[in-house]
Amino acid sequence: MSIKQHRTIRDIPLEESLTAGTMLCAGCGGVLLVRILEKMLGPAVVTVNAAGCMSMISVYPYTPFKSSWFYVAMPSAPAAAQGIRDALDILIEKKRISREQDLKVLVVTGDGAAADIGLQSTSGALHRKLDFYYLVYDNEAYSNTGFQASGSSPYGSNTKTTSPGSMAPQGLSLDKKDLFEIWRAHRPPYIATVSPAHIADMMQKIETASQFRGPKLFIALSPCPPGWSIDSDKVIRVSKMAVETGVWPLKEAIDGRVKHTVMMRSNRRPLEEYLRMQGRFEHLFEPVLQENVLKELQKKVDDYWASVSG
Amino acid sequence: MTFEKELLTGNAAVATAVRLAGVEYIPAYPITPQTEIIELLSKWIDEGKMQSRIVLMDSEHSMMSAAGAAAVTGVRTFTASSSQGLLYAFEMLYNVAGWRAPIVLANVSRALAAPITLEPDHNDVLSARGSGFIQIHCETCQEVIDSILMAYRIAEDGRVRLPAIVNLDGFYLSYTREPVQVPDQKLVEEFLPEYSPPEGYICASNPMSVASAVLDGRAYSYFKYQMHLASLNALEVHERAASDFERLFGRKYGLAEEFMLQDADYVLVTTNSFSTMAKAAAVDLRKAGKKVGILRIRMVRPFPRAAIARMLAGKKGVAVFDQNISVGSGGILYPEILAALYHQSDRPKRILSFIGGLGGKRLSSAEFRHMLSAVASEAEQDYLHMQSVLLFTDQDWGSVKGMLRIAGKAVPEETKEDAH
Repeated sequence: MSIKQHRTIRDIPLEESLTAGTMLCAGCGGVLLVRILEKMLGPAVVTVNAAGCMSMISVYPYTPFKSSWFYVAMPSAPAAAQGIRDALDILIEKKRISREQDLKVLVVTGDGAAADIGLQSTSGALHRKLDFYYLVYDNEAYSNTGFQASGSSPYGSNTKTTSPGSMAPQGLSLDKKDLFEIWRAHRPPYIATVSPAHIADMMQKIETASQFRGPKLFIALSPCPPGWSIDSDKVIRVSKMAVETGVWPLKEAIDGRVKHTVMMRSNRRPLEEYLRMQGRFEHLFEPVLQENVLKELQKKVDDYWASVSG
Repeated sequence: MTFEKELLTGNAAVATAVRLAGVEYIPAYPITPQTEIIELLSKWIDEGKMQSRIVLMDSEHSMMSAAGAAAVTGVRTFTASSSQGLLYAFEMLYNVAGWRAPIVLANVSRALAAPITLEPDHNDVLSARGSGFIQIHCETCQEVIDSILMAYRIAEDGRVRLPAIVNLDGFYLSYTREPVQVPDQKLVEEFLPEYSPPEGYICASNPMSVASAVLDGRAYSYFKYQMHLASLNALEVHERAASDFERLFGRKYGLAEEFMLQDADYVLVTTNSFSTMAKAAAVDLRKAGKKVGILRIRMVRPFPRAAIARMLAGKKGVAVFDQNISVGSGGILYPEILAALYHQSDRPKRILSFIGGLGGKRLSSAEFRHMLSAVASEAEQDYLHMQSVLLFTDQDWGSVKGMLRIAGKAVPEETKEDAH
């Protein structure tokens, strides 16, 4: 299949679908990727949203979108997407709107909605082979409510509900849920991970995804300046480091077959460099260096890449 | 034109009305005692007897999300639930109403857990009374089929644009066959025009923002007040729909039904299918020379306060039968009836509250007679009864004691509120 190639950021479409002036935090990694996705999908799109940070993007009576926006509720954006997709199909079938009036349905949620409260409705939509795009901006916590731990928060991180105290010096003691694998078990035609520091990679993935009917899913690393305690201007640098240390693998799965788009089996930077950039891991270094936790974290990354073939 | 009557269960009556209404989209999720509705619709669609799309969802919460979103996008949508399912969808009831999505939901009443059970009372549907859904409660299978059609007409009216619940009792109606006159398809199309949302369909040339957040109490109040006023409009819209319905189909429906009410001194207020038993008790008492009547409330939301006040003005005594319980308060409809009557200068001297029929507990006609007699005798006294009377007969108590014995439990020696 020959598809359009996107090699550099010069290939970003100039037409903006998401205009400036939202209430989101400066430097939000999530909104950067939503903007790219909206550019790639064009204006004929309806963005379906579950409660989270991104719900603050469109606040009555304003909207930054040139296209349609539908806020639903926290657990069920994929279910509402089903209703919209089906309704559009019925309207086209009955010739009440022409085929040219069709919309792409895009679900945008945070990681809490995707990995926790909305897992059931997502599973349902994947099971029904719903033709939609799904972008989860993964900032690894419930950021909109002030950064409490979610099913997507990593081991060893400091969140508002996993403070590193004397009883749990490492902070969070649970592992991050592997949403990619949970989704992959449903065998959708396309899943990919993306990062704000790898825009060309993301555009290429969206281009690839658009060839398929059915669920097209993107898990986007979304550094959160207030939650991760990083400066707004460090988001791209932190994202880049997440890929270079191998903790955020860039990959895609087409019909369940996984391929890494950026291979980090060797020459990875030590994970510590990524962790030291962020306030949420500060307790692993100060006042006491928690070597066992750091080793554990590094081992998780190493084990992952050891399991990656060709 | 001749009309054939068919024997239909309440569930089949719902499904038939949905077919007649030309519903285009049905997100579904099974729950007893509603499931037969979805099974029938699914069968008709699979056999090509009905042009519609059914989608099997992963929960009632998802079902309600899909239903509301489809209706806003622009297709006529139906769904059904009961009990725990309605509660599981609860967050979305409020959302769908706020989206002003005119879906119709058949709720087949079933009491709420715990303890988990199958038979009906109205705690499920009444828990949604503040959601913004219009609510029509039915007594018979005929009323079910007619009310679904009327519900679409009211919900989709530009002055209302709110979702609607049509309520029917589980088992007492859902699985009970009654003779039903099925409306003629052509006449239904005359009664119910094709659905098209006033802002047009959501599509490429018509972008819309739906249900955006507000961060300001003024904007929030503005939307909520609009919903409330729109709901109140449904009283008048119902009037017009009912008169068209009567012209086309020959059956007349009001906001509430007056049964032997005209010259009655004592009135029992009821809803739903147990009203049939109440009416039978009233007929018995009439034969014994008692001037009693029944007021069956049909439109529960919006609450037809003025109509009820008018119907009950000048009566000597009223008893409200609540087939529900607001734990720690009492019957749910009782205070609403009180509020409707408070400013009537000739309001009834006594308005009593009874609770019964919970979890589908059948009431004997003796219990209905008891309620009507109690209001008659108390209306003559200066005795003020502040608490709801919980109906529970000696036979009921005996059967519970029997179960306790079988389970090897001690039978408590407690006194109970004596029904009679």
